[in-house]
Amino acid sequence: MKKGLKNWRLFALLTALLVFLSGCGREEISTLLPAGEVATDQFNLLILSSAVMAFVILVVTVIYVLAIVKFRRSKIGEDVIPEQVEGSAKLEFLWTAIPIVLLLILAVPTVYSTFDLADTSTMDVAAEDGSMSNLTVNVNAKLYWWEFEYPEQGIVTSQELVVPTGERVYFNLLAADVKHSFWIPSIGGKLDANPENVNTFYLTFDKESSELEDGVFYGKCAELCGPSHALMDFKVKSLSPEDFDQWVAAMQEEATPAEGELAQQGEQLFTEKTCIGCHATSGVGTGGKAGPNVATFGDRNRVAGFLEHNEEEVKNWISDPQKYKPGNLMPSPEALNNGNKFTEQELDALAAYLMSLSVEE
Amino acid sequence: MDLNKKYTPQTWPDHPETATLEGKNKFVGFWLLLAAETVTFASLFATYLALKDKGPSGMEFTASDLFELPLVFAMTMILLTSSLTSVYAMYHMKNHNFKAMQAWLGITVLLGLVFLGLEIYEFYHYVHLGFGYTNSAFSSAFYTLVGTHGAHVLFGLSWFIALMLRNAKRGLNTYNAPKFYLAALYWHFIDVVWVFIFTVVYLMGVIG
Amino acid sequence: MSSIAQKKGFGATVWDYLTTVDHKKIAILYFISGGLFFVVGGIEAMLIRIQLMKAGNDFLSAGLYNEIITMHGTTMIFLASMPLLLAFMNAIMPLQIGARDVAFPFLNSLGFWLFFFGGIFLNLSWFLGGAPDAGWTNYASLAMASEGHGIDFYTLGLTISGFGTLIAGINFLVTIINMRAPGMTYMRMPLFTWTTFVASALILLAFPPLTVGLFFMVFDRLFGANFFDVTMGGNTIIWEHLFWIFGHPEVYILILPAFGIFSEIFAIFSRKRLFGYTAMVFATILIGFYGFMVWAHHMFTVGLGPTANAVFALATMIIAVPTGVKIFNWLLTIWGGSISFTTPMLYAVAFIPSFTAGGVTGVMQAIAPLDYQLHDSYFIVAHFHYVIVGGVVLAILAGTHLYWPKMFGTMLDEKLGKITFWFFLIGFHLTFFIQHFLGLMGMPRRVYTFGADQGWDAYNMISSVGALFMAIGVIVLVVNVILTTVKNERVGNDPWGDGRTLEWAIPSPPPFYNFPQTPLVRGLDPYWIEKMEGNKEGMVYAEPLGDIHMPNGSIIPLVISFGMFVASFGALYHMDGDKAWALPVLVIGLVITFGSMLARSLKDDLGFYITKEELLRDAKGGNKDGSK
Repeated sequence: MKKGLKNWRLFALLTALLVFLSGCGREEISTLLPAGEVATDQFNLLILSSAVMAFVILVVTVIYVLAIVKFRRSKIGEDVIPEQVEGSAKLEFLWTAIPIVLLLILAVPTVYSTFDLADTSTMDVAAEDGSMSNLTVNVNAKLYWWEFEYPEQGIVTSQELVVPTGERVYFNLLAADVKHSFWIPSIGGKLDANPENVNTFYLTFDKESSELEDGVFYGKCAELCGPSHALMDFKVKSLSPEDFDQWVAAMQEEATPAEGELAQQGEQLFTEKTCIGCHATSGVGTGGKAGPNVATFGDRNRVAGFLEHNEEEVKNWISDPQKYKPGNLMPSPEALNNGNKFTEQELDALAAYLMSLSVEE
Repeated sequence: MDLNKKYTPQTWPDHPETATLEGKNKFVGFWLLLAAETVTFASLFATYLALKDKGPSGMEFTASDLFELPLVFAMTMILLTSSLTSVYAMYHMKNHNFKAMQAWLGITVLLGLVFLGLEIYEFYHYVHLGFGYTNSAFSSAFYTLVGTHGAHVLFGLSWFIALMLRNAKRGLNTYNAPKFYLAALYWHFIDVVWVFIFTVVYLMGVIG
Repeated sequence: MSSIAQKKGFGATVWDYLTTVDHKKIAILYFISGGLFFVVGGIEAMLIRIQLMKAGNDFLSAGLYNEIITMHGTTMIFLASMPLLLAFMNAIMPLQIGARDVAFPFLNSLGFWLFFFGGIFLNLSWFLGGAPDAGWTNYASLAMASEGHGIDFYTLGLTISGFGTLIAGINFLVTIINMRAPGMTYMRMPLFTWTTFVASALILLAFPPLTVGLFFMVFDRLFGANFFDVTMGGNTIIWEHLFWIFGHPEVYILILPAFGIFSEIFAIFSRKRLFGYTAMVFATILIGFYGFMVWAHHMFTVGLGPTANAVFALATMIIAVPTGVKIFNWLLTIWGGSISFTTPMLYAVAFIPSFTAGGVTGVMQAIAPLDYQLHDSYFIVAHFHYVIVGGVVLAILAGTHLYWPKMFGTMLDEKLGKITFWFFLIGFHLTFFIQHFLGLMGMPRRVYTFGADQGWDAYNMISSVGALFMAIGVIVLVVNVILTTVKNERVGNDPWGDGRTLEWAIPSPPPFYNFPQTPLVRGLDPYWIEKMEGNKEGMVYAEPLGDIHMPNGSIIPLVISFGMFVASFGALYHMDGDKAWALPVLVIGLVITFGSMLARSLKDDLGFYITKEELLRDAKGGNKDGSK
């Protein structure tokens, strides 16, 4: 009997845990499943504050339930006039003092963590060989896409941030047009990209994204920036340091001409129709372009940050960007093609070309 | 309330501006309005300081090479004097000396008009130099702050003039005494704001 | 005056309301228009929840969705919650302190009409080319980039209605400072009056920064000023500061009167004096005071630096202390009382856990590093709805039931009231509790759609179902109001039976002069004191029966406000540069406004007297329903 009860308890606990875990969201994006040092710190603060607050709620609930059960008029009689108590200085002191103590418990880690997370003093520290010991990425937030510039490495990419695991990565955030906010929930809290000043912070990626179901972490714009704010997504690939170095090296190489007839046709169209005026096809360069760099287009997880990564969606996207991301700044095909839509054949060629752009093996 | 009740200096209350409930309400309400005005100007000052000398690259005008103190100093003296003359007017109001009050108010209005004229000249001068409202964030903040003060001066003057004309024939009573009092109070407030503008915008601007 | 016109035609009644300066009628005007805007805002909320019901929904387009969330927030804060609370302040506060009217009846009317025309102007944007779409916070960089006139409707509309609110705030402050009945010392004022007082002080000091910010934006868009134009040296963070220096106190402007209403309810329906009155008063003042020192906690992720973030984090945490004091004092008020679960009391009882939940998530967000995760996610959406709906809206619904008899002379049906309560409460928790987790699971706020692959589908569905429950609750309330009005069963002075403060000692609704004789207040809860001492009249008097001076009604407030309404259209279309008629319209509007102001100040308006004989005739039972 007693044992049965124990088993039942264990079962209940496990069930609760399961429900709780399934309620944590997806690893790619949930703050409840932190995959970086910063997010872990913040998760710990969440747990600490939730515990303190649960205690407060518990106290309030107990007094509250007792009061509304014990002192119902139906129970104590219709004509009772309760004693008109003025108050109690002792109680007032008590419920002023205890919350202050609870807040102090929260205040200390808050202040510590606030300064800790803003500490960028190791940002520009050079290693012995003269190169920077930490990676810095300049993030340019634009309507509605993200550009990631690696100034030390002289490369630039967009829509997909690629970072090494196990070290601090510093970010310089700037908005090119309206205000945006840079957020990778499972890696760490957000910081705004303002139009007037650069904001700097760091994140640490503790898990390789290839271990995730979708293979990337999800990043978001967290500040309302116009109609397609909801679609201003980016993805994050965290690679082991060796893989990351390899990726950088591949990016630094000159782009190779397209292979295959269709893709070559696409490449030609890409130049003829002036796509290339905004979209650089080489990973080498600096930021500040009008359109996303497409050097890694074929390696990406999504088209335009949120559409399925296949040729069909590429074609849809090129045919009518406004339909999928209202308010974005990419010209319609008519504007590039003398007032005509691209033919199905042209679209196929462009899609094939874009999908062939890759720096990964 | 009886508008026809005639007062003499002997029957005139010590504090005519708060002799009635309406007067008391106006008195308290107006001080509160001035509190809100203070916050308004505080916001304008804060913005001005944040945007001081800020503009597009290659901006032509900054505070230190634009402002010249002599004219502004003269304006300050004129406005300060007008504050003093409005005090005299209120002194005579409290003694139920209507004519003297009107006379001092008249002088106050004249001084105010001179101040306003000089301010308009100052703005005209700057615009003439090429420092327009839309030149830079600095110019927008400057004209908005000082211009808002100027609008207050204009309103204060209109208020004085309207009161003087409206009551020219019927003299002082406990119905209009609070109005004169509050208009004078408003005038002092405008004066105090100008002292801050003189200090923060012009003095600090010239110093750099 | 008081004895004639027992029955008035429809036209006369309308004219009466258009020209009224009676605080009780202005309260009804605030109540009706606030109620209408509440329904509009509610419909917008339903549209939002329908759109987010499932992943990738295409019920609303992206641009329209942004307009709807902007108008939902703006409407609910400025045009629904505040006016509804102002309605209760107008209706009840003067009665509670034993005054015959507010300090400035004319300005009271002006305040209402400015709010009203400002609200109408803002909502007309729907029909004139699109509503504002930069969020209710209207952050400058996005607002400056917004096309069309939506943002201009926002800035001009809120400027006008903001003036109205500022006037109301000054009016209440002066009323409370100058017009308390003899014996009504500050420390005997009912808590609702106290919270009105502090909230009015907050209005006084918080609205000017908003007005300044709005003016900057108008100047930028109208005259080409450069406050927010980064390329010209402007700075969009200035808007954020000005907005939140207003915006945070605004939260307390809403929640403090709500606290006041609940304090009254707990005392009345527990049949017990409010526990720790003095502590409650000081907690109210402290909350109001701290309210001005914490605005930057809305801006933790802006990049103000660790020092600013730490300071504002700590300052924010401190507010939890006086708020906690209040919660515990309410608990101790019902402790040892005799609780009667009427509809208002149900709301009050439900308010405690709901608001506590909203409060503790507020403390969590005060932890700046944690807020980097929570900010602008659905967690914050959940938090502020727990505070605003769980606090303010529950108070408005409770106040509607509690003060309905005092405002309209009839009782809302208790059974329907309880149905509304349960639907609304369950719907509220269903909608918003789950949103905490959506936020923690990475869902940003203000997104018009979300992908199916992020694990948010089920929770969003639940949230939308909850919203439906709330809508049903509100519909039942509307039915209740209609039925009650049709039945028209009049009630006496103290319909709840346990009234404690002065407003329950006089008829429902009170005669337009409120008190034939000014009462003498002998302690906290004066009506309760008299009842307990067996005083059948319910009050003792501070003066013999005599003539009463009352202000005249006036149409001028409406005309002044209308002038500003017209001028705003002129200003708005003047921006287009190609409409020759715009400038004349602007000028005509300003002429109407300033002309009528001048007319008001040049023409003496001395009011009138109600004679002793008329008062005696009223007292014999001739006229108790408050119509002139």
